[in-house]
Amino acid sequence: MIELQGVNKSFGAFQVLKDISFKVNKGEIVGFLGPNGAGKTTTMRILNGFMPATSGKAIVAGYSVDEHPLEAKRRMGYLPENVSLYNDMTVKEYLAFVAEAKQVPRSERKAKLSKASRQCAIEDVSNRLIGSLSKGYRQRVGVAQAIINDPEVLIMDEPTTGLDPAQIIEIRELIKSFAGEHTIILSTHILQEVSATCQRVIIINDGQIVAEDSLDNLTGSSAKGGSLMIRVEGDTRRLRDKLASLKGVVSVRDAGKPEEQGVTDLILATDKESDIRRIVAETVVGSGCGLLELRPIRLSLEDIFMQTITKNV
Amino acid sequence: MKFWPVYKKEIRSYFTSPIAYVVMLFFLLLTGIFFMVFISDFNFASMNQSPYESYNLNITYRVVRPLFGNMSVIMLFVIPLITMKPFAEERKSGTMELLFTFPLSDIDIVLGKFLAALSLFLVMLALTLVYTLFMAIHTNPEFGTITSGYLGLLLMAAAFIALGLFISSITENQIIAAVATFGVLLIFWIIQWTGSNELLRHLSLLEHFNNFAEGMIDTRDIVYYLSFMVLWLFMTLRVLESKKWRS
Repeated sequence: MIELQGVNKSFGAFQVLKDISFKVNKGEIVGFLGPNGAGKTTTMRILNGFMPATSGKAIVAGYSVDEHPLEAKRRMGYLPENVSLYNDMTVKEYLAFVAEAKQVPRSERKAKLSKASRQCAIEDVSNRLIGSLSKGYRQRVGVAQAIINDPEVLIMDEPTTGLDPAQIIEIRELIKSFAGEHTIILSTHILQEVSATCQRVIIINDGQIVAEDSLDNLTGSSAKGGSLMIRVEGDTRRLRDKLASLKGVVSVRDAGKPEEQGVTDLILATDKESDIRRIVAETVVGSGCGLLELRPIRLSLEDIFMQTITKNV
Repeated sequence: MKFWPVYKKEIRSYFTSPIAYVVMLFFLLLTGIFFMVFISDFNFASMNQSPYESYNLNITYRVVRPLFGNMSVIMLFVIPLITMKPFAEERKSGTMELLFTFPLSDIDIVLGKFLAALSLFLVMLALTLVYTLFMAIHTNPEFGTITSGYLGLLLMAAAFIALGLFISSITENQIIAAVATFGVLLIFWIIQWTGSNELLRHLSLLEHFNNFAEGMIDTRDIVYYLSFMVLWLFMTLRVLESKKWRS
């Protein structure tokens, strides 16, 4: 449904996107995660045809955005990061304009308009000027304009920025309710957003994709692998190198302040295919340190995020 | 006909903001005052025929022509106010981004905005037909001259609006758009005063209008205004395209 193939984008000498490729299948909700300035909005804008890629290809709903922009745009809905709407129009007028601009057939316009208004719960403000609406309502009008043409693909750029907690939950519920009906890619730097709404995560940093997997796999909740927390006693300097060189260990890092003196907590990220608990235990003991504790842990998305983006610096 | 939704939206935004009404009010007030002055002057002369002065008592010559001349000057002030908004405001408020993700081509967007601005001007121009009606009731003006005068104003307005849209598309600031449009129009207006250079004379917006005001429809003038219009509409399209590449 959504596909990027080797997309590069430069603004002058500055390369924002470096060889981005990914695929989103029909009906999926994918989170596009990255720190500010990682290239999320640029990627979204290449997908929605606002700007072309320097090289590479963007395909939405089976149409190349570059070659058949109108066909692709007809099948997508876009919610920009800063939802700016025409303040001098009423909600109803605005949605009617968008429906017409998106070439919703005249006979279906009314039905689609009321369906979108109902889904986004903006029926009670439909005759008010957009300029007089609160931020939360505007955001919902923004979502309504995105879904009014019943698009196959929904592209949302940070859909919950600037909303209060209750509104954030509402918008997330709304997005979740679109699952299956629309294929959704939403960009965000808020990690809970991804865990609350998405099935799959693509993490981008510095213009490159650094991780791409399902939420379950990434957080290591699968039976084997994931991450290990070990608590060791003694000098860990040499131990770290040894551990890092083990097959199956992706990274070794400190897990923050130790609770006792002379004790170090380490977190090993392991690749998910191998179970290395036994060999880790042997290595620790073999290096002369005391192994006090060893347990698999489920990483939070924050951990993964920090891990993946620091690993690549 | 994909420009239709953009056209409707623009028309709505013109008529829901006070700008359209203020512009219309002053356009009508100014043209009305000029009309009154010319008519009363004509009236006075017709009642006081002096044997020593030769005064040409011809309503076309004394009223219609100078009125068209003055209307064209007033347009110079009025059109920049109509064209300052369309692109500058969309860019400033950020609504441009969404507009460009709708399945509309750049041509649809430019055409919708251009025709909306032209329509607003046509409404203003149509209101001035009152003067023609007044003259038709009380005297017998030449309708040929009036027709060609209005055709000239229409063509000139289309040319002005195209330039105004172009300037609106390169700035975020409506005031800059209006001032720059006025400045450039003024330069094209007075360019013929810079000397006897044939080329500069032919480039002048004023030079080409004179024929229309005198009741002469010359294809050279029509071609001039149309090519002026197409040039700036084309430039607007290029600007929109380049903004997308650079953004």
